[in-house]
Amino acid sequence: MESSLAVDPGATQAAQAALDAHLRDIIQWHFSPETGCPVWLEWAGQAGWDPRREVRTVADLQRFPHFQDEWLRDRQPEVWVPRAYQGRPFNIFETGGTTGMPKQRIGWEDYKVDYSEFSTKLADEHFPRQHYWLMMGPTGPRRLRLAIEHLANVRGSSCYFIDLDPRWVKKMIAEKRSDAARAYMDHVVEQAVTILKHRRVSGLFTTPKLLEALAEKLDLYAAGIRGVFCGGTTMTPQYIRFVVEEVLEGRIGFYPTYGNTLMGLAASVPLRPEDHYSITYYAPQPRAVLRVVDPANTGRLVEYGAWGRVELTTMTKEFFMPRFLERDEAIRRPPRAPYAWDGVGDVRPFGALEKNIVEGVY
Amino acid sequence: MSELPHIPALRRGRAYESLDQLPVRDHRTGEVKATVSTVNAGVLRKDLARMGEGRAALKRFTTAELVALCGRAAGHFLDGTLPLGTGGQTQSPAQYVQTLATTSGLPWVLVRRNMRKIHAALTAMDVVLRGLTRGIAWDILDRGYGEQDGLRLSFHPATQALGLVMPSNSPAVNSLWLPAIPLKVPVVIKPGRDEPWTPYRLVQAFIAAGAPPEAFGFYPTDHEGAAEILRLCGRALVFGDQSTTAQYARNPAIQVHGPGFSKVLIGADQSERWPEFLELLAGTIADNGGRSCINASAIVVPSHAAEIAEALARRLGPVQPAKPEDPQAQLAGFANPKMAEGIDAAIEAGLQTPGAREVTAAHRGGPRRVVFEGGTYLRPTIVLCDSFAHPLANREFLFPYASVVTVPQPDMLQQIGPSLAVTALTKDPAFIEQLLECPLIERLNLGPISTMNVAWDQPHEGNMFEFLYQRRSLERADARSGGW
Repeated sequence: MESSLAVDPGATQAAQAALDAHLRDIIQWHFSPETGCPVWLEWAGQAGWDPRREVRTVADLQRFPHFQDEWLRDRQPEVWVPRAYQGRPFNIFETGGTTGMPKQRIGWEDYKVDYSEFSTKLADEHFPRQHYWLMMGPTGPRRLRLAIEHLANVRGSSCYFIDLDPRWVKKMIAEKRSDAARAYMDHVVEQAVTILKHRRVSGLFTTPKLLEALAEKLDLYAAGIRGVFCGGTTMTPQYIRFVVEEVLEGRIGFYPTYGNTLMGLAASVPLRPEDHYSITYYAPQPRAVLRVVDPANTGRLVEYGAWGRVELTTMTKEFFMPRFLERDEAIRRPPRAPYAWDGVGDVRPFGALEKNIVEGVY
Repeated sequence: MSELPHIPALRRGRAYESLDQLPVRDHRTGEVKATVSTVNAGVLRKDLARMGEGRAALKRFTTAELVALCGRAAGHFLDGTLPLGTGGQTQSPAQYVQTLATTSGLPWVLVRRNMRKIHAALTAMDVVLRGLTRGIAWDILDRGYGEQDGLRLSFHPATQALGLVMPSNSPAVNSLWLPAIPLKVPVVIKPGRDEPWTPYRLVQAFIAAGAPPEAFGFYPTDHEGAAEILRLCGRALVFGDQSTTAQYARNPAIQVHGPGFSKVLIGADQSERWPEFLELLAGTIADNGGRSCINASAIVVPSHAAEIAEALARRLGPVQPAKPEDPQAQLAGFANPKMAEGIDAAIEAGLQTPGAREVTAAHRGGPRRVVFEGGTYLRPTIVLCDSFAHPLANREFLFPYASVVTVPQPDMLQQIGPSLAVTALTKDPAFIEQLLECPLIERLNLGPISTMNVAWDQPHEGNMFEFLYQRRSLERADARSGGW
């Protein structure tokens, strides 16, 4: 079984070469006055070196410092507009579920590219074409809302939406108002139950906790659901097993994903028995690269099978973000077909074993 | 087969090996002695929705049959070799004693004593049920209604399952939930992190005795899972410190078992006789390693406090940790050494407040917190306090600790606060009358009876029957009017 999914070294090298070539294009784009954005042009002016000449491979990304996501909070959105895109209205997407001034990423087409590609990972038996979807989760200012609708549309389908405000949930949990958080979750789930009772829906996007709560209210399969696409919070192997065996009862396709506004979407490989429900995600290379690095020496990758901090580099013509240290940790996993690059396994909040982290239902 | 035992969760009696497993370690060496499956809250929600099946299974037995079954379970628990985990391993009584001692820090002699207490609770179940129900005939319990002494009675269950969020401090605490089984209410147990052994062995003993497996849930779980047990079981018991217990204090569906603040009160009429009671006092403080909520944590006297404290310090101060197999061992090690550190620091901080003096220090010949053969122990501590206002006067810790406090007899009952067990050494009728009237005391011993004594026919810490069943009025047309 392992061998059939092992990736040929030639394929790995080819993927690496394609990634390096893509990187050179992106660096050229973002650091050229004709096409680049004010932020990176300004940065390069002060850095004392020209990334266009000196960044040839992904290894050269080490010359950049870790991207500080505070820049996305502190600066106005237009400073991220590549010169080549000037004059084109953009979407403003916000990250995460924290309160205060949010971090914002602007974009045009990236989410469509990411989710069109993700559509190729979905089986028609689980997400039938020309049908209906339901998204129950954070909509509002998030990229996810447009992305899910685009994904449904790509498959000839339309989507119902039920919003969940994760900032409110986190606030309730942080204030130990668990009754209020539960009441809000019930309110969200009740709306989904109503839609599922009165409309024909086969595909569902939601967060793990909401999925579980929804399944406690009705029989998802009998309600017509055939595929569930899930993301948002930590899913331990035991939790994945519980969802597969007991929430979806082995009858509904399950597609765990790892992603955020800054990266896009990392799909997971289908589970094999020997995975013991441990999920591995693969970044949408070459548009984004995930590495698992030693938290004490972030220039160094950890060994395969070891835990480390997740580092994300996003490189599209719309957005360049080198070496951003996610607030997550994961196990570094080797390439696995159809992906010829490293994966990240069992993603969980960074320092999860040491800290009690509020994730809520998001 | 792995040599290391694995304790699965029991989902309505069926073993469930989770992918999330926690180690249970030797408290001295840190060596893993077993792994325990832990389940997510969703598993609990799923199973709790079906607990009615467990109740239905228990209802197929009569109360008399279940009481007899408890007797058989007692034998299995005390003497049987019972299934331990998913790997086909078994556990003999000796293995139970040794493993529990190793992971919880209790010496063998105390584990065995706890074992016998549990055995006694099971074998005396007929007495226990009579005590709980105040003598209701068992056929009335079986039907849910009937007539006794010319009075009509009817009851209905308040829940389909009893939730239990258990502690790790002392195995005998499990005897509290045992009556639920003959009362035909399934149990949903979250074991204490360091003590999965006793509830698991009890469940296996019940099943070996013929109890329906679906009446037992054993769910090592996290905080969210524990909260779901408390939220979703119609009735639940939770054990914890004051912060835990305060959280649920106003919830009638949850019986809270926190610190006991048990005490010995010596009346003015008996205070001159205090030397006669010294052994009794020492036992109430130090028996069971000082780990029980019915261990006395304060000795309240109208006079002679300094002499009593000094005598107790001479008696308990020299007590040292011993090897777990030593039959004279009196102290229990801490499975979590940080807890011992915290307690030690709290006492030291309290001693900074004027009005208290540690009397044991002079008799211990060393520090309170010691490491012995890799295990962390706290040695007995007696603190002389000049009033109940002192921060160390009414404290309870998980080792032999007590304050000796001077309070004039007329003020005692105004100052002692809620007290789970009180031994009152007095023959003064007026004082006895006041004690009998006092709502702060759950179990009252008049005369030289240890606070550690448990009477099976007189429940303390709440009445399980009244907790699990509610009385209702039932009117039924007689047969002549149409067979209703």
